[in-house]
Amino acid sequence: MTAAAQGSGTLWKRVLTFGGLGLILVYCLAPFYWMAVSAFRRPSDQFELTALPAPFSLDNLTAVFSPAVGFGRSLLNSLIVAGVTTILTLVIGVSAAYALARLHFRFKNAVAALIIATSMFPGISLLVPLLSLFTDIGWINTYQSMIVPSLSFALPLAVWNLTAFFRQMPEELEQAAMIDGCTRGQAFRKVILPLAAPGIFTTAIITFIAAWNEFIIALSMVNDSTMQTATVAISRFTGAYGFDQPFGTQMAAGVIVTVPLVVVVLMFQRRIIAGLTAGGVK
Amino acid sequence: MTAVARRARGATSGAGRLAAALLSPTFVVLGLVVGYPLVAALRESVFREGTDLDESGFVVEGARFVGVDNYTAIFVGESAARFWNAFGNTTVFTVITVTLEVLLGVGMALVMHHAIRWRGIVRASILVPWAVPTAVSALLWRWIFQADGVANAMIGQQILWTTEGWQAKFAVILADVWKTAPFVGLLVLAGLQIIPNDVYEAARVDGASPWRQFWQITLPLVKPALLVAVLFRVLDALRMFDLPFVLIGSRKESVETLSMVAFDEASSLRFGPAAAYATILFVYVAVTALVFVRLLGADVIGAARERARK
Repeated sequence: MTAAAQGSGTLWKRVLTFGGLGLILVYCLAPFYWMAVSAFRRPSDQFELTALPAPFSLDNLTAVFSPAVGFGRSLLNSLIVAGVTTILTLVIGVSAAYALARLHFRFKNAVAALIIATSMFPGISLLVPLLSLFTDIGWINTYQSMIVPSLSFALPLAVWNLTAFFRQMPEELEQAAMIDGCTRGQAFRKVILPLAAPGIFTTAIITFIAAWNEFIIALSMVNDSTMQTATVAISRFTGAYGFDQPFGTQMAAGVIVTVPLVVVVLMFQRRIIAGLTAGGVK
Repeated sequence: MTAVARRARGATSGAGRLAAALLSPTFVVLGLVVGYPLVAALRESVFREGTDLDESGFVVEGARFVGVDNYTAIFVGESAARFWNAFGNTTVFTVITVTLEVLLGVGMALVMHHAIRWRGIVRASILVPWAVPTAVSALLWRWIFQADGVANAMIGQQILWTTEGWQAKFAVILADVWKTAPFVGLLVLAGLQIIPNDVYEAARVDGASPWRQFWQITLPLVKPALLVAVLFRVLDALRMFDLPFVLIGSRKESVETLSMVAFDEASSLRFGPAAAYATILFVYVAVTALVFVRLLGADVIGAARERARK
């Protein structure tokens, strides 16, 4: 019980809190709910405003995967780009995070500040020169043209999160291992890394979501529709049915892209919140 | 204990070299994907592509050195109107969205902090807007804001939200606030949770009203967490791209941001001007961050570390 909760014996305060909670729920979920409802309408009653799709229909969902739209390929592209970005980021970032969390060296704060600062640079400032570079070396429409720039925001994010996790672990762990004859490297590999697995896993989820949701890099580096990632592909859907913009198909694709993330987020919400607030970074 | 201390000190002397080795992969990568592009952008911004006539009337092709011409064109020349409009949009979006997000975020955090039951569910649901890709949320709001969409049906009006004008700005602001206010709420909630209970108990014993407790205890103590959240939000809002691009469209005067202008120039293969816009935006972001840290004392590293320690 928090101090605030102890004081909230009065009825109006409890009503206020519950009302507030209800408002937050509606605020966060209503637009998302509308996306789901719209996805499951028949394309012919796409513009209906009923709270439930009646009749329920999977036409929009099947349209997403029709050969004309080819969304399956886009999902695969997103998976590859976000997956490889996440793995590279963790492999590169884990040692840097350990150094920042555990070692005492000069300029440590400056180094930490520099790493966090790089994540704040506007994406477009990095993209313009990379775009002309990748054009010159023939990287346009390749996975690496999306993965390499993605490291610019994913790596600082991961280092920051991992540092916070390593810092939470008691230093006595390594000291004990080192007294038992381990070198610092062995202590890290055999003691810290296994124990930090939850933190590394959380960082992987956060990094993956950030890379999966990335838009401007994928938009700039690829113009071949078979190489598009999911976020770019959705925004470029052209109508499988006779509307100006195929909103039904787009909402269905939006549900497909978002629901796995939401499920993962709900499953690991405690850890993700710990990671996000410790890192303080989007 | 002394053995441990001695070993720790022994580790410190070699720590510099070890730290350098451990940090170098990260710095090499960041140097390539962040450092190089920043320098290259600066270099590119003093060139201009395309066919032109030189002083003696000969046709020259390819990039040629133009000095600060790209910048003068942006600030006072042919692109000035577009630039200042985008600069204004970027700034207005940033100020309004971050203000609203802070107000809503603090409200949400207070409600969640006071709740005993249901807190888990609400905390989980608050992650949903964060997890939705910005491009997808932009489409979702475009759908909601259709002429015969649910927004107009609810307010009983026929507003063409996604066409040029104040309504397009409003739509972008609303969509951005929806997605990120809960995130601010999470960061503030983390700040609230580390305030010790006895501070409030002491205040209550002294007869401080809840209102006074909020202004004199909660707000000052949550300030570090709040400032970090605001700093991150400001820097993120300054580079806004996905939302106006997908929700309203490119080359729309009422919502065009600096990122969008730079992107538009780059996709028309005018890399010189694009690099100039990109550099200007970078400087704008960097100056904002510096001013923020100086004026408000946003101790980013320290505040994050404080919270990490808990």
